[in-house]
Amino acid sequence: MNAISVEGLVMRYGDFTAVDGVDLHVDEGEILAFLGPNGAGKTTTIEILEGFRQRTSGQVSVLGEDPASAPLSWRERVGIVLQESEPVPELTAGEAVRMQAGYYANPRNPEETLELVGLSDSADTRTRKLSGGQKRRLDLALALVGNPSLVFLDEPTTGFDPSARRESWEMIEALRELGSTVLLTTHYMDEAEHLADRIVVIANGKIVARGTANELAEQVKATTRITWTPQTDFPEPPESLGWQKTQTGAVIATDDVVPALSALTSWAMEAGVDLPDLNVARPTLEDVYLTLTGVDEQRVEEQ
Amino acid sequence: MTALLRQANFDLLIFRRNPAATFFTVILPIIFLLLFTSIFGNQEIEPGVRAATFYVPGILALAIISATGVNLAITMTTRRERGVLKRVRGTPIPAWVFIASQALAGFMLSIIMTVLIVLIGRVLFDVSLNANGIPSLVITLFIGAFSFAAIGLALTSIIPSEDAAPAVTNAIFLPLYFISDVFIVGADTPTFIQRIGDFFPVKHLSNALQESFDPFAVSAPFPWQNWIVIAVWGAVCAVITLRTFRWTPRR
Repeated sequence: MNAISVEGLVMRYGDFTAVDGVDLHVDEGEILAFLGPNGAGKTTTIEILEGFRQRTSGQVSVLGEDPASAPLSWRERVGIVLQESEPVPELTAGEAVRMQAGYYANPRNPEETLELVGLSDSADTRTRKLSGGQKRRLDLALALVGNPSLVFLDEPTTGFDPSARRESWEMIEALRELGSTVLLTTHYMDEAEHLADRIVVIANGKIVARGTANELAEQVKATTRITWTPQTDFPEPPESLGWQKTQTGAVIATDDVVPALSALTSWAMEAGVDLPDLNVARPTLEDVYLTLTGVDEQRVEEQ
Repeated sequence: MTALLRQANFDLLIFRRNPAATFFTVILPIIFLLLFTSIFGNQEIEPGVRAATFYVPGILALAIISATGVNLAITMTTRRERGVLKRVRGTPIPAWVFIASQALAGFMLSIIMTVLIVLIGRVLFDVSLNANGIPSLVITLFIGAFSFAAIGLALTSIIPSEDAAPAVTNAIFLPLYFISDVFIVGADTPTFIQRIGDFFPVKHLSNALQESFDPFAVSAPFPWQNWIVIAVWGAVCAVITLRTFRWTPRR
C-alpha cells in the first residue's frame, strides 16, 4: 500500500504555477528524496502533503486521508520536521520533548526519543543554548516523539557544515531501522543519493526524472569529457581528434573514451607535446542533476 | 481537561523563565506599589484604613492586563514568527485546547499576582481587604483575565512581526492606563477623555477592582456594568481570534 499517493497535483498563486501536475507515490517503509533546486516547488508540495496548504487541484492521499480534510487523529501518525521552526527558548530540550509528547495519545518515551537522536546529554540544556546541529536533532526528536509511521523532513541539512550533515544523515538512516516511511526534500544530489531508496527530481514545478540513483545516471547520457591545457608555441592536435578550444583549455567530448584518449596521447608522443592537466571526467550524479534541472544549460552557455 | 492543564503548566513555566515577561507582570506592579506609597504617603484616611488600600486596585489591573493581554500578544506573536505555532499545528492537539490553555495560564497568573500584591500590601502597608468584596474580586478576576487574554490573542492578528509586538502592545495599553484610573484616580480629567476611557475595557477593570477593594462597602459590591463591558470586549475579541488567528509566520 502507498503511504503517499499524489496524482496531478497543481498549486497556483495568481498567475504563477508553483506545482504543475506532480505525480508522486511513496511506499510504506520507503525513504524517498524529493530533489530540486530552490523554488522548484518542493516545499509547496510537502506543505500540501502535511496539511498546511490548500491545493489548487489534484488527488492527494497521505496515510489514506486527504490532508486538506483529515481529522486530528491523522496527525497522530504524521511527524513533521519544518524547514524553519525554532523550539521554545525558555524550555530545556527534555521539557520541549515532554511538552510535545503531551499532544499525542500514544507517544514514544521522551527520554528514549532524546537518546534516539543522540541528545540525552543535553536534556537539561535550555534550547536557546543548543548548537545548530543540536537544534536540528531536537527538531527530529519533536517530530518522532508522537511515534509517527510517516515522517516529513523539509531540507534537513541546508546550511550545515559537512560534519553536521554526516551526523544528520546517520540519524535519518536510523529512521529506516524504525520502519518509518520518510519523505525528505533536499537540493543536494549527494544527500538524496546517500539516504534515499528512490529519488524524484522536480524543476519548475514539474517532475523531470524519477528512479534510483543509478537509474537516474542512465537516464541522462552525459558524455565523458577529456580535458587538458594546451601548451603555447607547440603544434595543435589535428582536427580529426574532434577537439575544441575552451576558455580554460581544450576538450574532447566523447562517448567512446578509450580510442579518443589513445589517439590523443599517440599524437602527443609523436609530436613531442606534453598534455598538462590531462583529465578524464565521467559525468557525476551531480552533473546528471544539473542537466535534469536545467542549471547546466546556463553553465555551458557561460563557457 | 488534562491536556489543557498540562499545557497551561508548561506556559507558566515558560513565563517564569522569560525575564521580560516576569519583569513587566510581576516586578513592575510591585515597584509601582512601593513607589506610590513612598511618593503619595500611606496616611490613615479613616481609622484602620490606609491610603495604600486605594493604590492596590489600579496596580492589580495593571498586573492582570500584563499577565494576560500584553503577555499573550507578545509571546504568541513571537511563537508564531519563530515557527513554534506551526509545529503545534502539525500535532493532534486541538487548536482550541492550545489557545484556551494560554488564557488559563493568564488567569492562574492573575490569581497569583492578586494574592502577592494583597499580601505585600497587607504586610508592608497595612492594606485592608474588606471581606465583603471577595466574591466581587473573584468574579472580576475571572472575567478580566479571560477577556483580556482574548484581547491579547486578537491583537496578534494585527501585529506583523516579532519586533513590532512590544511596540504595538504598549502603544495601545500605555495611554489607556493613564485615562483608565490605573495610575491616576479621581483627578479632574476632561469629559471627552473620560468618555474615551469609558469605551475601552481597561477602566472598567480598574473600577470593578476599586469597588471590590472598597474598605467602606457595607454590603457586597456587585459592579455588573463594568463586568458586562469587559465581557463584551472579551467575547468580541474571542470571535476575532477564532476567525483570524494565524499559526504560520508572516515573513
